Amino acid sequence: MNIVVCVKRVPDTETKIKIGGEGTKIDPAGVEFIISPFDEFAVEEAIRIKEKLGKGEITILSLGPADAQTIMRKAYAMGADKGTHLNDATECQDTLAEAQALAAALKGMQFDLLLFGKQAVDYDNGAVGVQVARLLNIPVVSRIIKLDVADGKATVERESDMGKEVVEVKLPAAFTAEKGLNEPRYPKLMDIMKAKKKPLEEKPAQLEAPKLTIVKMDYPPARPPGKIVGQGEESVPALVNLLKNEAKAL
Amino acid sequence: MGNNVLIFAEQMGGKFRSVAYEAICQGKKMAQGLGGKAIAVAIGGGVEAVAKDLGQYGADKVIVVDNAKLKDFTVDAYGKAFSEVVSKNDPAVVLLAATFQGKDLGGYASAALGAPLSSDCTEWASQDGGIQVKRPIYAGKAYVTVKFNSQPAVISLRPKVFLPDAPDASKSAEVEKIDLALSDDDFRSVVKEIITKTAGKIDVTEADIIVSGGRGLKGPEGFVVLEELAGLLGAAVGASRTVVDEGWRSHSDQIGQTGKVVSPKLYIACGISGAIQHLAGMRTSKCIVAINKDPEAPIFSTADYGIVGDLFKVVPALTAEIKKTIG
Ligand SMILES: Cc1cc2nc3c(=O)[nH]c(=O)nc-3n(C[C@H](O)[C@H](O)[C@H](O)COP(=O)(O)OP(=O)(O)OC[C@H]3O[C@@H](n4cnc5c(N)ncnc54)[C@H](O)[C@@H]3O)c2cc1C
Ligand SMILES: Nc1ncnc2c1ncn2[C@@H]1O[C@H](COP(=O)(O)O)[C@@H](O)[C@H]1O
Repeated sequence: MNIVVCVKRVPDTETKIKIGGEGTKIDPAGVEFIISPFDEFAVEEAIRIKEKLGKGEITILSLGPADAQTIMRKAYAMGADKGTHLNDATECQDTLAEAQALAAALKGMQFDLLLFGKQAVDYDNGAVGVQVARLLNIPVVSRIIKLDVADGKATVERESDMGKEVVEVKLPAAFTAEKGLNEPRYPKLMDIMKAKKKPLEEKPAQLEAPKLTIVKMDYPPARPPGKIVGQGEESVPALVNLLKNEAKAL
Repeated sequence: MGNNVLIFAEQMGGKFRSVAYEAICQGKKMAQGLGGKAIAVAIGGGVEAVAKDLGQYGADKVIVVDNAKLKDFTVDAYGKAFSEVVSKNDPAVVLLAATFQGKDLGGYASAALGAPLSSDCTEWASQDGGIQVKRPIYAGKAYVTVKFNSQPAVISLRPKVFLPDAPDASKSAEVEKIDLALSDDDFRSVVKEIITKTAGKIDVTEADIIVSGGRGLKGPEGFVVLEELAGLLGAAVGASRTVVDEGWRSHSDQIGQTGKVVSPKLYIACGISGAIQHLAGMRTSKCIVAINKDPEAPIFSTADYGIVGDLFKVVPALTAEIKKTIG
């Protein structure tokens, strides 16, 4: 079973976002970058499938600036075997252009499963997995919380508006990972050392001209300062009064 | 170049969802600015009967793809049907709700048509003969304003941000039924089973009020006090990630950067410290109440109203007081 996992480098979720000088990107100074948390679920799932089947190869694909390689090595330390870095110094902000570049690179790869995170926690579009699958003309199921593979088919569970769904798909197919799929492992020191020696190919990303432009980036409007109504249950009547008459929230 | 707006009218079990009306009302306004028409697209098995009602919300026309094979949503089959309708109509804008279905379909249509995509938009404006949008990024820690350089633009709207106008019963839309050839390739993914959610359980993304609990609840049994308050208010019960990771509540209840992003009328955070990843999921709530025993808890700086105290005393008192004042 060959599995490709697409991972994106994003600011750590703890980051307090600071808008950079041009006003259309964040200021990267002091920001720690991580594998987008949903992509980490995808990497973990790939490793679990490989461990269960006892064979297969896991390839990591990441499009991003030079230090995308740092998070690729993190995926290697978790258990991935090799990978390709599509270098993009421009930090593309158009998901379609990124999806097209990823799809172009994937056309030359052999895989049964193609895994994504449900969303990269930077631009939060939640689209690239479905876009790439369509560009490659393979089926896709998004936001899965369970994945079983057998006999050239995958059976997955996902949350939907109706409740939970069980979907069966012919392979090769693409999936996007939702929280709940698994708990990603922490790599051991020895695995981090081994990860440094695993093969990593670098290629320029084939990006088309973006079809959208980010005109500006803003901070969210500040919330007006709140108030402490009081201490303990004695202050409950005052709170209910405020909720009813001031906030009109009840 | 077209100037129409094509709107996906999302349905569930043969009934349109409120997000469909939200999208159609905004789509109509966009179409007015562009000098075009608002065309709704209804896809499913057995949707034809209700299609013309979409006119009451502003659709000038409804295109119906009604096919028994499309009873259950899969992105592969719905995406194929939707993209074909889009490409035949050459719209300026393709509009969807940023729901599970809408996000999937938006991605599919964007790739199928080579069209730029912006998900989860919270504002839009007519600009230079086109549409410009504003959307949250980094889980709402910042916003971007996006301009499209190519037509159509695929835009999904965050649910519950744009409220639909009241329906106008005097209006009805022209309905066009079309047949599309669907091949086996469009059904490589098949829904085998739908496990419907517990009756009466309200999803956090749909609730007007959320009562949410964190590690301060001490264990799954602690949530009984929140369930009582939620039951009284017709609210959903949300949870912090810690609680979900401990297995006290289900993943679908998690609020935050790796959970659901919600903006209810009222969010009551109980025993939640207010970590940046949690705030990202609920900071756009209209009114936030925090109940926490630690006066230094960061949640208090985001809350409109706070009570410092033991939630096991404060929450039952709150339930009792609300029962007394609003019955
Ligand atoms: C990649 C990543 C993604 C994350 N995504 C999310 C996310 O989506 N959502 C999320 O919530 N978190 C997320 N987190 C976790 C987040 O950083 C916090 O760890 C988490 O939100 C803390 O949960 P908590 O507030 O329930 O627990 P704690 O931080 O332990 O807070 C418990 C609070 O309860 C109070 N308390 C205790 N007993 C009582 C009592 N009897 N009465 C009243 N108050 C009491 C305490 O004073 C304390 O403030 C994420 C973290 C990472 C690294
Ligand atoms: N630049 C990228 N490189 C590799 N994978 C990506 C990239 N952008 C997005 N992805 C994948 O697509 C998923 C969805 O991303 P998005 O649509 O940007 O929210 C992510 O979770 C990744 O798995």
